[in-house]
Amino acid sequence: MNKWSKISIILVIILISPVVLAQQRFPKPEFESEYTQPSPTIPEPRSISLEYFDIFVLLAVLTVAAWFILKSRSRKGLLWLSVFSLIYFGFYRKGCICPIGAIQNVALSFSDPGYTISLIVLAFFLIPLILTLFFGRTFCAAGCPLGAIQDLVIIKPLSMPSWLRKPLGIIPYIYLGLAVLYAVTKTDFIICRYDPFVGIFRMDAPFHMVILGISFLLMGMFIARPYCRFLCPYGVLLSWMSRFSKWHLSITPAECIQCKLCTTSCPFDVIEEPTKEKIEPGSRIYLRRFILYALFIPLWVVIGGYTVSRASVILARANQDVYLAELLIAHPELREDPDNIDIQIFLASGKSMETLVEEAQVIQKNFRTGSWILGGFLGLVIGVKLMNQVIFRRRNDYEPHRGDCFSCGRCMDYCPVK
Amino acid sequence: MKKNKEYNRRDFIRSGMRLSLALSLGGIGGLALRKHTSEEWVWQIDPFLCNQCGRCATECVRNPSAVKCVHAFDLCGYCDLCGGYFIPDPIKLDTGAENQLCPTGAITRKFIEEPFFEYTIDEELCIGCAKCVKGCASFGNGSLHLQIRHDLCRNCNQCSIARVCPSKAIKRVPASEPYLIKGNFTRS
Repeated sequence: MNKWSKISIILVIILISPVVLAQQRFPKPEFESEYTQPSPTIPEPRSISLEYFDIFVLLAVLTVAAWFILKSRSRKGLLWLSVFSLIYFGFYRKGCICPIGAIQNVALSFSDPGYTISLIVLAFFLIPLILTLFFGRTFCAAGCPLGAIQDLVIIKPLSMPSWLRKPLGIIPYIYLGLAVLYAVTKTDFIICRYDPFVGIFRMDAPFHMVILGISFLLMGMFIARPYCRFLCPYGVLLSWMSRFSKWHLSITPAECIQCKLCTTSCPFDVIEEPTKEKIEPGSRIYLRRFILYALFIPLWVVIGGYTVSRASVILARANQDVYLAELLIAHPELREDPDNIDIQIFLASGKSMETLVEEAQVIQKNFRTGSWILGGFLGLVIGVKLMNQVIFRRRNDYEPHRGDCFSCGRCMDYCPVK
Repeated sequence: MKKNKEYNRRDFIRSGMRLSLALSLGGIGGLALRKHTSEEWVWQIDPFLCNQCGRCATECVRNPSAVKCVHAFDLCGYCDLCGGYFIPDPIKLDTGAENQLCPTGAITRKFIEEPFFEYTIDEELCIGCAKCVKGCASFGNGSLHLQIRHDLCRNCNQCSIARVCPSKAIKRVPASEPYLIKGNFTRS
């Protein structure tokens, strides 16, 4: 131990004692010369009026998109609108705040009494959902910078078989559930942390995030909009809204001539064929299967809840406090490790091990409850999805699947009926 | 006739679901509105909680970091032997690079009058590593401290430094009062 570190220890002790705290160690000198003391500069954050302007831009983009989809039926218009969104919300606003990430702020505001949500974030969360309830997924069509950047790189989309597409479609539900779980437990905002494209928008993100973004784009050349279809948690909410929307994109403006041209136009495989006449609706076997699948739903909920609750200890480990407590219990020798900043600062903070463990146990308990709910939710999703498989819906024409369609407008362009 | 009936039922289900979805959205909005602010939040470091661990320099999404050292001149003792400027046991008290603590030479030392020196931070060079902050806190008044500079900060929804800050010193502050500069801001 050298001289300086000894002095520093003594000084730290002096600093901690509250009596000395009030006065400064070295009082400010009184200058004899003409010296004017500079004051620290305080560059202001982006002005609040500009933040409100963003809401206006979002509203305008979504309204114009709805007009392009339903009235003027212009794929070109939608394309340019999405390029605008990419430039404005992506490269200019650097991808923050976005409705996808806002899910977590809303979830946090419900669980944390110390966090009050900003009106701007709430508006970003609600506006696309409300408009989707009326016009379909206009946000996905032209408002989302993440969707726009992926839409632009679609070169040769491969058609995915439905046995692959449907199970992969569960992932967004898992992601949504985990994001809400981590947000309400005040652990992390995983959607923002693992946003693959924000690195590209910002141009100065960590290396691994840029790699992730580029690999998503490369994948997106052949599997159209992979993030939107198989990850996006906000897409789950939008698809619920869109399924029951008042108006929705229609492939043909008039009578469908069953030319099948549109089926090849959709890179996302969401255009559904007309039902074959052979299948008889309301036949007994369908009804029996439907009832059977519906009865299985509570079982799915329990199985899901039980399975995920088994993993709650692992899920809770993402929390910094829980991680630290577990680390200190498992490896008490790390207390002597001067390089472990977290442990050293915890030891220096004067907080007792008991308090830390108690806090960690409360968080773990929240995770246990949360993982039961998350598992139950996932079980419900699986049960309902299976039940949906046996529901018979008569279709006479080629129609987009209302929930999964991004309203990109490619099929309108292909339709020969004018 | 049968076809018509089927479509009516489908429409009925659809509008019923739409109404209930609209109501639940309204419910979420209403519940969230009970406790809201018309302001935006920005991230800031509480200098009294900061432990100068050095993660601000490495964890920020910006490179170099949006965290910079700020000098609260009101608290500065204008020392010749500045704990923030010099390495422990400096060879000589001058501006030689071998004596400086700052890895990027971002602190300028200017002679004012015997025996006082003024120290200013060149934010272009500062990387927010907090070495000087540690030195100033240990041997001086603690006038050097870290702050998030809002012309550089992207105001990420989740601050990536806040997540790993061992002393939980980074918190959300209202955008109308975006700085917690020592002197004006005191430990409450």
